[in-house]
Amino acid sequence: MSSTSTSTSTSTSTSTSTSTVTERGEGAPASWEVFLRPRRGLAHQHVGSVRADDAAMALGRARDLYIRRGDPLSLWVVRSDSVHAVSPDERDPYFSNARHKPYRYPEQFAPLTVEGADGDPHQ
Amino acid sequence: MSAQQATAGAPTTERDEMEELQAHFDALIAAGETIEPRDWMPDGYRRMLLRQLAQHAHSEIIGMQPEGAWLTRAPSLHRKSVLIAKVQDEAGHGLYLYSAAETLGVDRADLLDALHRGQQRFAATFNHPALTWADTGAVAWLTDGAAVINQAPMTRISYGPYARAMRRVCLEEAFHVREGYDLMRALCEGTEEQKRMAQDAVDRWWLPAVALMFGPPDTTTGGADARTAAIGASVSRRAMAWGIKRHTNDELRQRFVDAVVPQAERLGLTLPDPAIRWNEERGHYDFTPVDWEVYRRALGENTHWARQRVAHRRAAHEDGAWVREAAAAYAAREEAAGRTEEHA
Amino acid sequence: MTLTSDTAPAVPEALRTDPDLAVQLLRLGDDALVLGQRLCQWITRAPTIEEDLALSNIALDLVGHARTLLTLAGRRDGTGRTEDDLAFTRSDREFTNALLTELPNGDFAVTVARQLAYTHYAVLYYEALAGCADPEPAGFGARAAKEVAFHRLHADNWTLRLGLGTPESARRMQAGLDRVWPYTAELFDEDDVLRRLVAAGTVPSPGPLRTLWEQEVTDVVTRAGLTVPAPGWEARGGRTGLHTEEFGPLVAELQSVHRQFPGGTW
Repeated sequence: MSSTSTSTSTSTSTSTSTSTVTERGEGAPASWEVFLRPRRGLAHQHVGSVRADDAAMALGRARDLYIRRGDPLSLWVVRSDSVHAVSPDERDPYFSNARHKPYRYPEQFAPLTVEGADGDPHQ
Repeated sequence: MSAQQATAGAPTTERDEMEELQAHFDALIAAGETIEPRDWMPDGYRRMLLRQLAQHAHSEIIGMQPEGAWLTRAPSLHRKSVLIAKVQDEAGHGLYLYSAAETLGVDRADLLDALHRGQQRFAATFNHPALTWADTGAVAWLTDGAAVINQAPMTRISYGPYARAMRRVCLEEAFHVREGYDLMRALCEGTEEQKRMAQDAVDRWWLPAVALMFGPPDTTTGGADARTAAIGASVSRRAMAWGIKRHTNDELRQRFVDAVVPQAERLGLTLPDPAIRWNEERGHYDFTPVDWEVYRRALGENTHWARQRVAHRRAAHEDGAWVREAAAAYAAREEAAGRTEEHA
Repeated sequence: MTLTSDTAPAVPEALRTDPDLAVQLLRLGDDALVLGQRLCQWITRAPTIEEDLALSNIALDLVGHARTLLTLAGRRDGTGRTEDDLAFTRSDREFTNALLTELPNGDFAVTVARQLAYTHYAVLYYEALAGCADPEPAGFGARAAKEVAFHRLHADNWTLRLGLGTPESARRMQAGLDRVWPYTAELFDEDDVLRRLVAAGTVPSPGPLRTLWEQEVTDVVTRAGLTVPAPGWEARGGRTGLHTEEFGPLVAELQSVHRQFPGGTW
């Protein structure tokens, strides 16, 4: 399922620290990230962000903006500056180790049945 | 390795690093991958995106006004509901796009300020007044119809947050066009007076739609403003190389004309361009080329309405200042008191 | 499914023509229509774009309620008038909304005060309506109560924020409450029509809900650091078609296009 998120305002700052702080202009309301559980069986998905001064207003605005159609089961808002992210400088140490460990993937090994992967009940 | 870590021999290292970043960016674009907010991007790319996103968002917000003026006068409760939902979607689209713009490191408040001060533009289409009820139908059918053709390729724009916002926008926009056509159909099947009102609206909204919704000509050559057109063409080429644009303005314009002419025929309405006719050879409808002069004429700049749109927006913003201040003061007080009630 | 007159089942007892019920449904429908019309006047003029969205959401729900209620009213009064007949061809003297709903928007605080009063009343009344025997008003009440509960949350949230925000917002919010309060009593008025409906067990009266309503709004207003206006003069007239002078232009605007094209189809 493709993500339909429109933004992650936390990602705007590219400081080198692991946490990013959304800069607030004077009087500009805080940014909140919005998550919806579209239906049972699915995790909450990031759908975008809203601006609001407090959580109750953020929930109301998220409802008005992202639930004009459809009936999701649950709605979360999280202050954007509460999201901690890995900075671009740290990307390599964080994200580049998997491709050097082929043994983590099942297709690296002999199939369990003569039909190969197709007959493998574990797949 | 980061720029900060580069030490002696910095000039070479920094240049190497810039080249590496540029190469990585170019490779992502070439592979049709999206650029995400924390990726390195060339300044020109960021500026072009920001300009386009801001203009796009402002257009949605200003675009609420011509139709919004008819909310209190919709002639049936069904049409009133539909129009409220549509104007509401436009506010929503503006907000999606402002959010996407904010991922490029600008603040929503600054974008609105720029709109209010006339420093950033919006689609000149909305400089035109909605004078009758039929205008709400013509706007939805023609300008939203143009917008959908414009915007469908933008769901694949190279900048991730913009593309995701556009997927959401396009899903919702499709309803607007259908609704506009449906509204015009009702008028055309109604009384003579209703049909006259529909034709009058189409006469006034055709040029703004066909000229302005697609931007200035960018493939036609010659004419009085060949130089300006050439500049337009070079901007389009750069935007296309960056995956910000997928088709030329003129290509999309032709697509729009091809789509609308048969619809107008079915409605029994005449598009106000005597040059419209099917060209068997090209497999397209011919129409009066939108050259620089036609485009200028359509702009409607420096009219009463062009000025009114921003003034209206600014007045709402200024009148609401005390409300925004109150919300901020309340939140600050609650936060200081350590209260984080979900529902007040 | 098509039913010919031969095979059409007899109209159930509960769905028969009932002029009293029609009167009450029309009052509720006019409340929703007129308040929705007032909120439409805000759109593109709200303090934030987010608020344009919030107010249009509420307006959309209210117009939806009006459509259901006017349709039911036209069916139950035996005339078969449609929602549009009732919305667009009656004169202003024939509208039976409470005066509260037609009060001009004023500043945002007046609108919030009007929303506070209306939404607390409407949720209580619609919940009561949901329990009535007639399936049509009951079904409507159950659905609408949920929608208005969200509008009520919006009104509560803003009352608190304006009341506890800045000195200016507190002053305006108090002025808003003072402005609309005399117009709230009419929502709970009980006349012969309602007394007959209650006696017949058709629909409940809003009268007995007034105490609970007062408790609810007093709680919100007090938490907002504001004062519930003292009882005093009470405005009445809307239910019998005696409206404010500001109402004429509202109806004229509502009906202008519809009336401009006689015989038009939309």
